Amino acid sequence: MAKYLLLKHYRGAPSAVNDVPMDQWTPEEISAHMQYMHDFATRLEGTGEFVDGQALAPEGTFVRYDGEGRPPVTDGPFAETKDLIAGWMVIDVDSYERAVELAGELSAAPGAGGKPIHEWLELRPFLTAPPTITE
Amino acid sequence: MNEVLLRSLTPSVLAILVRRGADFAAAEDAVQDALVEAVRVWPADPPRDPKGWLVTVAWRRFLDATRADAARRRREDLVDEQPAPGPAPAVDDTLQLYFLCAHPSLTPSSAVALTLRAVGGLTTRQIARAYLVPEATMAQRISRAKRTVSGVRFDRPGDVATVLRVLYLVFNEGYSGDVDLAAEAIRLTRQLAAHVDHPEVAGLLALMLLHHARRATRTAADGSLVPLAEQDRGRWDTGSIAEGVWILQAALARDRLGEFQAQAAIAALHADAPTAEETDWVQIVEWYDELVRLTDSPVVRLNRAVAVGEADGPRAGLAALAALDDSLPRHAAVAAYLRERDGDLATAARLYAEAARNAPNLAERDHLTRQAARLNERRRR
Repeated sequence: MAKYLLLKHYRGAPSAVNDVPMDQWTPEEISAHMQYMHDFATRLEGTGEFVDGQALAPEGTFVRYDGEGRPPVTDGPFAETKDLIAGWMVIDVDSYERAVELAGELSAAPGAGGKPIHEWLELRPFLTAPPTITE
Repeated sequence: MNEVLLRSLTPSVLAILVRRGADFAAAEDAVQDALVEAVRVWPADPPRDPKGWLVTVAWRRFLDATRADAARRRREDLVDEQPAPGPAPAVDDTLQLYFLCAHPSLTPSSAVALTLRAVGGLTTRQIARAYLVPEATMAQRISRAKRTVSGVRFDRPGDVATVLRVLYLVFNEGYSGDVDLAAEAIRLTRQLAAHVDHPEVAGLLALMLLHHARRATRTAADGSLVPLAEQDRGRWDTGSIAEGVWILQAALARDRLGEFQAQAAIAALHADAPTAEETDWVQIVEWYDELVRLTDSPVVRLNRAVAVGEADGPRAGLAALAALDDSLPRHAAVAAYLRERDGDLATAARLYAEAARNAPNLAERDHLTRQAARLNERRRR
């Protein structure tokens, strides 16, 4: 079993095929999109492959240690090109192929016109602890 | 086994142990042990005096633990000096326990966790589940909190306002896990109200009851938000509303107004209206004026702008809004609502989309995105 992080981007990923901002959809299209994601997570819960998932606010802040006292806080060293993570889901699956399959399925969530948005999702494997026995 | 009874006895038992000289952390462990023992023994052999039983067992556990530590920690002297455990006193120190758990030296999240554990009698696992964090994380948070207050003297009452803030934080967490935190907060506030005669305690209890009465109608089956005006008023809990209004009226009659009473008064006016259209917005604005006077909070001024918009029309609401900093949370959402009512759909849609981007939670974000989508769709037709 391996865990993978599926990252949904606001910005920073190549644009989706069906790239219409959400506030331009109809309320029914939004509901259908939410329902799709919800059903997807529920189904993975059923298969025991769902670990966790959350949506994130678009505004992030960069912080670093800068000696004693308050650490400096900025809007980020690369404000123009800053990648924005919209949300994430952690899945626990048997193989890389299965992870790719599920990411593809999540990317097919319906958007404007009820058509799949074909957005790019980033798939990142979790680093695991080294096994006790190396064969 | 009556879990509610057990949980309601927890704080006074804990308070008695601390009063007898046990340090807070050790007393807390001993009480938890006694509760576990009660769950095991009571179904077959219920005690005549549940509280006395718990005090005796918890005190024994505390002595055992202290003796076990004694060789290393030289605590034997302390134990020898203690009087034999007597019957539980009729008056207890529960109130002090509330103040201890809400001590200003604790962070809000620690104060909340400690209150639920020590006053509420919840297990660490229940609290962890309610806050959606791993149990180990919550255990650490609670033991840190216990260390923080371990040197605090137990004989001095604290500030009741701090306790009320902690209880309101618990209430606002609402429902998750197997513990209903809103119901738990109401239970604890009721208990506090029985110990302390303060109109703001009554005000907070009334506010919680009035909010709680509407909870079932606040979200649809799919989890989406239902605005107040669209809620099914037939499903509001009239018993809870009546109790809240009654408690509030008794508190207001004492003429020591505070922010919780004022907020409860606004909630009561909403709860009283048979339909959204019949809401007494003029009186609600007056209560917001009181709240502004009491708190001078920008968030209160923002809410007041909404009420003004309902009482005197969207233009008046927008004028009230113009005086406020537009970086306030939910400022864009309020502006969007008032613009829509004023007929400026394009601006309203843009503001709803902006509000959605800055929404603090998913349900609100989805709701606001739907509002923007609804207006954009209407404009396309």
